[in-house]
Formats: sequence, structure tokens, C-alpha cells
Amino acid sequence: MPKTLFEKIWDAHFVARRMDGRDLIYIDRHVLHELHAPHAFGELAKQGRKVPRPDLTFSMQDHTVSTKPGRTDESNPSGAAFLRAMREGSARNGIRVFDLGDPEQGISHVVAPELGMVLPGATHAVPDSHASTVGGLGAMAFGCGTTELAHILATQVIAMKRPKSMRIRLDGTLAPHVTAKDVALRIIGKLGMAGGRGHVVEYAGTVVRTMAMEGRMTLCNLNIEMGGRSGFVAPDESTFQWIAGRPFAPQGPAWDQALAHWRTLRSDDDATFDTDHVIDCADLEPQITWGTDPSQVVGISGRVPDPASDPGRRVIAEGALAYMGLTPGTPLAGLPINRVFIGSCTNARLPDLEAAADVVRGRHVAEGVVAMVVPGSTSVKRAAEAKGLDKVFRDAGFAWGESGCSMCAGGNGDRGEPGERIVSTTNRNFENRQGPKTRTHLASPATAAASAIAGRIADVRSLGN
Amino acid sequence: MQPFIKHTGVAVPLIKDDINTDQVAPVQAMRALKPDYKALLFMRAKQRDDGSEDPDFVLNKPQFRNPGILVTGHNFGAGSSREAAVWGMLANNIRVIVARSFADIYRENCLQNGLLPVTLAPGDAEAFEKRVIEANGAAPFTVDLETQTISGPGGPDIKFDIPASDRTRLLEGLDDIGMTLKHADEIKAFEKRIAAAQPWLQTATDSRIHK
Repeated sequence: MPKTLFEKIWDAHFVARRMDGRDLIYIDRHVLHELHAPHAFGELAKQGRKVPRPDLTFSMQDHTVSTKPGRTDESNPSGAAFLRAMREGSARNGIRVFDLGDPEQGISHVVAPELGMVLPGATHAVPDSHASTVGGLGAMAFGCGTTELAHILATQVIAMKRPKSMRIRLDGTLAPHVTAKDVALRIIGKLGMAGGRGHVVEYAGTVVRTMAMEGRMTLCNLNIEMGGRSGFVAPDESTFQWIAGRPFAPQGPAWDQALAHWRTLRSDDDATFDTDHVIDCADLEPQITWGTDPSQVVGISGRVPDPASDPGRRVIAEGALAYMGLTPGTPLAGLPINRVFIGSCTNARLPDLEAAADVVRGRHVAEGVVAMVVPGSTSVKRAAEAKGLDKVFRDAGFAWGESGCSMCAGGNGDRGEPGERIVSTTNRNFENRQGPKTRTHLASPATAAASAIAGRIADVRSLGN
Repeated sequence: MQPFIKHTGVAVPLIKDDINTDQVAPVQAMRALKPDYKALLFMRAKQRDDGSEDPDFVLNKPQFRNPGILVTGHNFGAGSSREAAVWGMLANNIRVIVARSFADIYRENCLQNGLLPVTLAPGDAEAFEKRVIEANGAAPFTVDLETQTISGPGGPDIKFDIPASDRTRLLEGLDDIGMTLKHADEIKAFEKRIAAAQPWLQTATDSRIHK
């Protein structure tokens, strides 16, 4: 029977069916972060359980780390206990930590792929809803909570019922300055906050085939914002090229053997998906959110919609507009802003920073706007500095931080002030997410950079070169 | 895990779609390894801008001060996977959430903690929401997992469906790790098979250190 790639990967990782009817799916790589892992380490210690495969498990310090130069555990006082507990729990269980000061520290979803821990057709688990970021390389990743994290640590399997399958075919060619972020926001806007619920999503079509790996990761990163259980892009030659030579990827004869297998990883032509969507991206313009969830989004030339236009969502839209301080009919472009954040697992890989730097180069952040760039990993930071991007940003008036999750959720104390309007390259514009009463507009790095320069939400296409 | 058999308590109507875990348990309130989970639940919604209590928020109303059941809309628990959004419910004795639908990870987190996630058939959901609003905390509802019924003021018992596997696990309070480790030999056999067929999956070594 023809199978989707998701079904193939699922079946290839099926270990057993548990007494409660759940499937035990083997986890090839388990990546932890310090906001949640310490609780799981504590639980395992209490139960006297061991971690059988510390060699397949990696610990990252990302959610609570300070982004200040010369940072220590104490630079973010409320993070210190998490960082130490992560270090101790990892050491006790023999798990390698990418700690503060490590030249490869960074956001788990950025570090794991760039070090070659993420492989096509492999399964991943991360105790974080953005786990499926690594699906951009053809891996199948599941986000989970803390108790499931302890379960995976103790067993190396996740216990799940098989989700349904969905394919989203993205047709057309993206116009200049239109990025993976814009595509993802468009999808979420179209399918809604729960459009992917219960599904593993395969992203397909010409748009993803011509998209760089970093873009595919941005696309898969935002899969959770429409409720998708996992999301991925089938690997191709450009995937293999991207992974080749990375330190944790197979080398030599093992690489050749892996490559031969990876070339078979695709959905069968006649496989059927439980749900199928086609979205034409030819006329897509840069996107910007207007509300308090990522599905409340329009093109950059659009206006704040009238809540009455969608009776089913009217109450939610009215609440969002009140919170955001917006009235229906207002053009998004031109709204004055206070702050810009470029960073997070969504948009802080090297090409993201390059796109923003291209906009910023030779210009200056508008007066009164606070702007900050936080690279997704220390390796990205180093690579950006080698290209002189730090200087481009600093000269333009941006702060240039040490790597971490930073202002995405403000777990490290980086945040906006109440009432501020923020353009952010992150993944959630939820109320209070970037600080109490902050008003977040999600956008691509290029749009965020253009807005920082203009001091207003700006269409990067009208900035000229 | 604490088993779930039956729970009686005041049902709190918070009828809204897409309530996310940032609202349920703000990350900025998780400043300590063990925060006050009781206070953290809907912390921002409970407060006005000046930090004083917002008397209009449903959980602050006198009749809902001791909640037992939360009644809400579609896609409850969207967003972050943080389990504090479930622990905050339990710390407030909310052991049942009746939602039009749940976000996947949130529902999993409920099952891991003996919190019963209930989804009713659309007609029943509407009727139940009405009864909860009318009861206005004056009389409690009882959710019985053995009989799969909700009973309480304003009408007849309402039946609900739940996958048999989830039901058994909750009723018996089954230990997740213990259940899985009954398959320890199969996990080992799987690893052996993969180590032979796809050896790159069973090693994750740093090639710069281990040549």
C-alpha cells in the first residue's frame, strides 16, 4: 500500500504497542533545555531511574540565559537556579551540556541542526513546542511536556497514538523580500490556530523545493502555531549537502550508507493524506500580524480588518484590537513602533541575519526605537561577525546580544515596556508574551529591519536599495 | 500518578476559543524552579493594570473561588508545551477541563497528571455550557469517568466519549514509565536491529573528538 513519508518514518520507529493502546515510537535524538529538564531530572532521581541513552541526548542552555556580553549564571538572577540544575542533572546522567561559555551554545532548535545532530528520517523529541523546527531537514520531531520528557529520558521512546497526515502544497515562486516566515504566517492565517491539530504536516511544492534549509526550518518552526503535532519537508539533495561534514553527522562509509537510505525518503506518488491543502504563493507579499495570535495576519499593504467581517471570531478579534490599540481600517504599514527584536528559533540563523543586515547597511535605526539582534547560536554569532554583520547592526544602532531565546518569551528578563509596539521575528504575538502589555507584530527579519529604520511598520520593498 | 475516578466541584465558565498556555501560566511567573502554581494560574487575567485584583475575571468572583471544573472553548491550551499550565489547574483543584477541543500537547500533559480532558458532542457541549452559566457556581457538577457522565443542576446527565486507553490510564492512575518499561526487551531489540541496519541513528558522536 502506498505510504506517506510520515507513515514510513513512524512505522520505521515503531517498537511496540503498549497495554493502553499507545504506540511506542523510538526517539533517535533527544534535545533538552533548562526551563523544563531540571524538573524531569528531579523526577527521575526521586523514582531512582536512570537514563539509558545519554549518548543520544543533549542539553542546551537557552531559555533563561542572559544575552549580555560577559554573562554569567547570575546575569539573569532568576535563571541561575535553572542553569545550575540543568548542569547538575545532565552531569549526573552523563549528558553533554552546551553550556554558557561553550563556543556552540545556543537555542536548541538552532544548535542541533547546525551540529549535524538532526538527520533525515530520524525522530527527535524536545520538551518545547517548537521542536518541529528541525523538520526542515526531513526529521520528524515531537514537542512534549515535562512528564513526557522524563518518560523519554527513562525509556528512549515516546508513547503516542499515531496522528493524522496532512500535506500542504505550496505552489509558485516567492517574490523578492518574501520569505519562509511570510509563507508560514500566510498558512496559519488561512488554516487558523487549530488548522493542523492532530496532524503531522508534510510541506511540499515548488516553494519548499527552492527554499534554503534555514527557510525550511522557519516554515516547520511555525507549524505548532496552527496546532500541528509535527511538520517536516521531505529531504532532497540540498538537504544532504547542507548536513554533509557537520560534526555529529555520519562520516566516511557511514555517510555513504546513510545517504543511500535518505535518498529513498519520500511520500509515494499515490499515497493519500488525511487532509490536503494547496496554497498559491505567487502573489504573496510580506506578512505582518495585527492581533494577538499568529493567525491574525495580513499582507504588509493590508489594513486592520473589521471584526464584524468574521462573526465566528468577532469576540476574539475585538479583544485583540483593544489589546493592540488598533482600529479597523488602519493600514498596518506606517504604524509607529517602539522596539524591534530580531532573533529566536524562528528567525535567527545566518541567512536571517544577512537579510536583515542587507536592509540595515548604511542606515540608522529611527530615533526613539530600541532595536536588538540576538543570534540563534554562538556559532551563528561567530559566523555573522566573520562577515562583519555585527558591525553593520551596531553602526545602525542595534544592540548585538549573546545567543539565547531572549525576548521571544522573555524568560531571561529581556522584554519590552508596557504599551510598547514591537516588531518581532519570533513566533508568538500572544498578550504579554514579550513583557506585560507589550504589543507584538510578527514579521520576517527583513520587515523587522525595515521597520526599525523607518520607526514605523514598513514595507521592505518600498525602502529601495 | 493520582487516579481519576470521579470529581465534584464548581464548574467555571471561561467560554473562549484558543486560550493559550501563556495566558494559563505566564513564563514570566516561572521565575523559580518551584513557583507558586496556585497563584500562577491565569495570573495576568486575574490582575488589573495596577496590580490589584480584577473583580470581573471569572475565577475572582466569589462563587468561583473554589473551582473544580473549567469549561472552555476550542483549541484550549494552544502554544507552549509548558506543563505548569496543567500544574496550575491541579493546584487550584481543577481536575476536569471540558473544552470544545484541546491543543494536542496540552491534552497529553493533562493525561500525564490525572487531569481529565473532556470533549462533548457539539449539541451536548452547547447545552452543558448553558447549564454551567445558569448554575453560576451555586451548585456543583460531578464528572464520573467510570460511567462517562456529567451530572449536575439544570438537566439530565450528559454522556461523554473518551478513548478507552486514556480512560483506563486515568482510572488506574497508571505509571507511564512503568507501563513502557514492560517493553524494555523490545526497546533493546529495536536498538540492536537499527544499529545493524542504520548504524548512523544509534550513534551521535562528535566526529571532532571521536575519530
